[in-house]
Amino acid sequence: MAEPSHEQAHEHTPHVHVTSMAVYLGVFFALAAGTLLTWWVSTIDLGWANTPIALLIATIKAVLVILFFMHVIHSTRLTWVVVIGAFLWLGVLFVLTFADYLTRVWSLY
Amino acid sequence: MSELTVPEEHEHHPFLQHHFEDLGQQHEASTLGMWFFLTTEILFFGGVLCAYWIYRVTYPQAWALGAAQQNTLYGGINTLVLIVSSLTMALAVRNAQLGRRGGQMVMLILTGIFGCTFLVIKGIEYHMHYGEGLLVGRWWHWNEVPELAPKVQLFMTFYWGMTGLHALHMVIGVGLLIWIFWRAARGHFGPEYYGPVEVMGLYWHFVDIVWIFLFPFLYLIHGVHHHG
Repeated sequence: MAEPSHEQAHEHTPHVHVTSMAVYLGVFFALAAGTLLTWWVSTIDLGWANTPIALLIATIKAVLVILFFMHVIHSTRLTWVVVIGAFLWLGVLFVLTFADYLTRVWSLY
Repeated sequence: MSELTVPEEHEHHPFLQHHFEDLGQQHEASTLGMWFFLTTEILFFGGVLCAYWIYRVTYPQAWALGAAQQNTLYGGINTLVLIVSSLTMALAVRNAQLGRRGGQMVMLILTGIFGCTFLVIKGIEYHMHYGEGLLVGRWWHWNEVPELAPKVQLFMTFYWGMTGLHALHMVIGVGLLIWIFWRAARGHFGPEYYGPVEVMGLYWHFVDIVWIFLFPFLYLIHGVHHHG
């Protein structure tokens, strides 16, 4: 795609950050590769490691989408605070819940 | 002279709401508001995921057996379909930023087509599950491993609930896309004003992220696929 209007957009509205095609396509291919990787890894028996690897790949994919497709990387600090806050609360939900469930040894039998 | 005319120019934009100073502030407010909404969505899906993990930890064999009932090819293709739709959605926003009406419309249509493709493939999977007796409740008649069948039914309850909530979000997303397309076709969006396209994108990408987690959680659990 030609980019002549790119600079024009910057000129008229300084707050607009136009992400380049290279970044969008790079993120897209990383996400597609991550999908194939998570499928491939799941076919190999790695014992306990299968689950953390699947979680790690999914988390990396999500971070790529949030930073580049959702433009958080070019957002204001206030947006960063809200986004990080959202995942902080999610972390509280999981940590407190599993601090209970994972320590109920007597209930497993 | 030019310093005096520049601020005036912005105040006459037809989509600038009177309670905002300028279009930049309006854009900030709308994307920040969308992130607050997405925070509630993250915690909404997070609550379901938390319950899912409690039972996955409690019944690991049944969870692996339940995931083994899924068709990873359909699930994998659908994951790729959603990622492509996220790319076209991002490019719709980019075209709006650059003031390209045609590009915006093409990318919004493609996003809608990929979204519907996802829903059709999901529907085919649902139909297959129904035929295999994997629809929970009185339709349930799957009994390959009798000892684990009730717990596999619990897994499938999470499967239907989580994929169903996700599909509902997709249907709402396609509806919103039609509205945004209607506005894009009328030339509402350009470099000065593209907030609704950006917010539409935030929603669409969020729904994509939910699926990025649902795919490994519901289709790809490596474990004991057969009892014993």
